[in-house]
Order: sequence, then structure tokens, then C-alpha cells
Amino acid sequence: MRQILRRPTLLAGLIITVILVAIAFLSLVWTPLSPTKMQIVHKLKPPMAQGLLGTDQFGRDLASMLMVGAWNSLSTSFLAVAIGATIGTLVGVTVAAIRGLTETVVMRACDIIFSIPPILSAMLFGAFIGAGRFTAIIAIAVFMVPVFARVTLSAARQIWTRDYVMAAISMGRNRAKITYVHVLPNISNQILVQVTIQLGLAILTEAGLSFLGLGMPPPTPTWGRMLSDSQTFMGQAPWLALLPGSAIALAVLGLNMLGDGLRDLLDPRDNV
Amino acid sequence: MPEADVSSFAFPESLKGQDMIALIVRRFAGLVITLLIVSALIFLVMDLLPGDPASVMLGTSATPETLAALQKQMGLDQPLLVRYFAWLGQAVRGDFGTSYTYSVPVAGLIAERLAVTVPLAVLAVFLSVSLALPLGVISAGKRNSGLDYVVGVVSQLFIAVPGFWVGLLLILLFSVTLGWMPAGGFPGWSAGFWLSLKALLLPAIALALPQAGVLTRVTRTSVLEVMSEDYVRTARSKGLSERTALWLHAVPNAMVPVVTILGLQFTFLIAGAVLVENVFNLPGLGRLAYQALSQRDVVVMQNVILFFAGLVIVMNFLVDMLYLFIDPRLRAGAR
Repeated sequence: MRQILRRPTLLAGLIITVILVAIAFLSLVWTPLSPTKMQIVHKLKPPMAQGLLGTDQFGRDLASMLMVGAWNSLSTSFLAVAIGATIGTLVGVTVAAIRGLTETVVMRACDIIFSIPPILSAMLFGAFIGAGRFTAIIAIAVFMVPVFARVTLSAARQIWTRDYVMAAISMGRNRAKITYVHVLPNISNQILVQVTIQLGLAILTEAGLSFLGLGMPPPTPTWGRMLSDSQTFMGQAPWLALLPGSAIALAVLGLNMLGDGLRDLLDPRDNV
Repeated sequence: MPEADVSSFAFPESLKGQDMIALIVRRFAGLVITLLIVSALIFLVMDLLPGDPASVMLGTSATPETLAALQKQMGLDQPLLVRYFAWLGQAVRGDFGTSYTYSVPVAGLIAERLAVTVPLAVLAVFLSVSLALPLGVISAGKRNSGLDYVVGVVSQLFIAVPGFWVGLLLILLFSVTLGWMPAGGFPGWSAGFWLSLKALLLPAIALALPQAGVLTRVTRTSVLEVMSEDYVRTARSKGLSERTALWLHAVPNAMVPVVTILGLQFTFLIAGAVLVENVFNLPGLGRLAYQALSQRDVVVMQNVILFFAGLVIVMNFLVDMLYLFIDPRLRAGAR
């Protein structure tokens, strides 16, 4: 605990992330108004004039929309990273245990997957199975697999050269068991740091996807679509563009700071 | 490209000229194979996904007869492998098929849009590098100063803001409020060089800022690492000033990781371009991909995606090659 307090980056990142997660969960049980309730008489009201943060072109309460947007953005990103991290880590540790030709082939395959930005694969999937949360999650998760496979492989390879692993090999332990007992616990910190950082990237990607109409369909509010809708009312209602963008930036900033802070805390060697 | 490839020639004391050429040839063969696999993969994914191009084109109201006729006309009744090699054979001759919606060859369509996307990307990389390199180096040189702290916070902010949102804010400030810049659109290079460049300036800034944030941090870390190495310490103990040691010894040697990151960031540059082109209504490749999606123009989508993926792969290949020229240890070996 004292460790955390002494690190301003970690602390700031933790506070921002916890607050956003709390808001996201709160939106499931309570928002000031229904985020889909239209009150045309109150349309395009600036912050404080109508509700805490004003209203959009249909008179919907912006604060409520942002809260539900937080849930949609965070849950989609979290699911995508969880899937990508799980598969990527499994691929990474398996390849590290087998090495040889498998490593070359799998890592080449990872390069190939990594060469297709998630925005484009989402378009590809979206054209056939339709846009929506599922498409967004799959597109982001697919892109995350090579990211985690690479990080896990390079971390696991180092563990495989350690003395205690050598000892385990000479004792005749099989490679799956060594991976489970020695490798995974020793690389879990690096994976955790990577999860935090990739969550930030996933939020940016999800926002981009819903900006292009490839995310969750209306009327469910998402930060990205709120930005997309704001373009028409830029002159009259600049807060419609300012607020959702700030929410995205704040979420990503919080997660990146948390990731940086965790890295410093868990990996003292990297303290530049 | 994977880290393993870099480390495998990290200490090539015996790397002679011929070995260099052999290495380059081997890498080039790898590049061609990778590109073939990517094309096959995208072909396969398009095939596996439910609904073939013909039914996507016709929509749900099509009768089975019209669908079958169109499938036959498009050659979709052939086996997968036959179709792939037919497509590949045409592709190597520069024929990438015909767009359903525009009824023009896809190759020409892509070339036309590249005239917007390539200058946009080049301008963005130029802006981000010319912002990030000085900031990163100065920040490393004055480590733990107030300036270093400010640069750190600013680069964190740059990384966190979505490029397309920066685009919206720039439009809000420079177009809507001040009226200095066009809010979007592209006049075309024939309408005047400066006019077109002006139309690309705001989008390029939007694309450059997140990049600049990442690059500033990488530059700072890399310079700090090099500064702590023996030869830089020796240079300083010989009486070289801090500034000379920094710019003469540390900065050139710190560039390897910076170039690596620049190459890896290329995927994100492309993703950013797709979004920013849509914000600014620029007729580039990213906008084309988006339009093809809303018009269900599968041929165009397939080719644009393949083109982008190919670009990323070629870019990584070039970065890999660049190592040979900027890593002094490799040059020493080849001399």
C-alpha cells in the first residue's frame, strides 16, 4: 500500500481507473435519466442548463449517455482483451515450451495477423456478420492475440533458461507441468502490465469502431458514436464533441498510467 | 518483424558483404512468402464468412435462380483453390478485379486514392518525428527537470487522445470558430499544390499527435539508456561537454529503437488514417474502405484490406533492412 502511495503515476492511474469502472457499474443500476429518453423541447442545451452535462440533438441527457457509454466501452474492451490475452498467452507459453520450427511458423503467423489493423478486420467481419458488439470484440481480440503471444514468448523464453527450470527438466518433469508450475507464475506480472496497457488501446479502437458505425447499434449510447453524431452540431453544441472525447482520453490516460506504474512497481530493472 | 530476428544478428562479427547480400535475399524471399500467405488468408476469410459476395450484392430479396446465375457469372461456383489462383494470376498482372459500385478497375481506384493517403501519411510522420525527436532528446538531456516532467505529461496526453477526436477539435477551433482552415474535403492536386497541402494539414496533425506521444517517450528512454553506456561516459570523461556527448554519441546510437517503433506504429498510422480521412472527408484509401463497406463492395474491400496489410508487411521488411544500415555493429562487421 505504501508502495502505491509513493508512486504518483500508479496512484493517479489507479484512481482514474477505479472511478471510471465505478461509474460504468453504477450505470447498470442508476443513471440521472434514461439515456434513451428524448425530450425534444430540451435539445442541445449546454452543460448545467439542462442536466449536469447538457443534452444532445434529441434532448437526451448527456451525463446518462456518457455513463452508459463508459459501461459499453469498458466492457467491450475488457472482453476483447481478456479473450486476446488468454489465447495469446496460451500460444506464447506453448511455443516457448516447444520451440523449433513451431516457434518460427507460429510467430510468422502472428506477424501476419498483426499486419491487419483491427479497424479493417472489423470492416471485413462487419460486412458479412453485421456490425455490433460481437464484431468489435472479435476484431480487437484477434489483433490482441499476436501482441500477447510475442510478449509471453519473449518472457517465457527467459524463464526456460533459469537454473530452477533446468533442474526441473533434469528431474524429468514434463514441459506442460514446468510451464504451469514455473513459467506462468513468473511471467504473470509482465502479462498483467500488458493487459492494462492493451486495455487502453482497446478503448481507443472500440471508440474508432463505433465512430465508424461498426460498434454497438443505436440507440445504445457509445462514446464513439456520440462523437460521430456531434459532427453535425459542431458550431451550435461544441460540448457534444468535447465531452465524449474527454471521456475516452481520460479512460486511456488512466489505464496507461496504471500500466506504467505497475511496470515500475513489478519490474524494478526497468526504472529509467 | 519478430524480436528474435534482430537479436539473431546482434553480434555478427563475421558478417561480410556476401553474407549481407545473402541475408537480404533470404529476407526478401520471406517477404514474398508472407505476402502470399496474407493474400490466401484474406481470400479464405472472405470465403469462410457467411454469405458470399453474390448474395451480399443481391441482398435478401434475391431468388435462388438469380443468385446462382450471378455466382456462376462471378466464378463463385468454382472450387476455392481454383478461384484463389485465378485471382492471384490476375493480381500479379496488375488486375485486381472490377468494383461493383464504381464499375472501374480496382487497381486504378486504389492508385487514385493513394494520391491522398500517401501524402497524408508522409506529412503526419514528418510532423510527428520533427516534434518527437527534439522533445525526447531535450527531455533526456535535462532528466528529472521541470521540462522533462512537462514533456512526460504532454506525451502521455498525446498517446491517450484518439486521433479522430483531435481532428474534430481542430475543425472546431480552426474551421468553425476561427474560419482559417477548410473543415474537410480535398480540392485535388490539379487544383493547386498549396491548396491541397492546406487541406491535408489539419488531418496530418490529428494523425501525428498520438504518434508523436509514443515517439517522444521511446526517444527519451532510448537516449537515456545510451547515455549510461561506457563509451558515452568515456567521451565525457575525456572532457567532451554534456551537450556534445549527447548529440554526437548518444543520439545517433539511440535511433535504432526509435526506428523500430516507427515501423511498428505503421499499423496504427493506417488505422488512424481510416478514421481521420472519414472525419475530414478526404477521398483517400481509408475513406474508400469505409465507402466500400457501406456499399457492400466486397472486391474493393478485399483489395484495400490486402493492400493495407501488404503495406504494413513491406514497411516492417524495410525497417528490418534499415537495421543493417543504422546499427554500427553491423556496419563494422560488413566493412
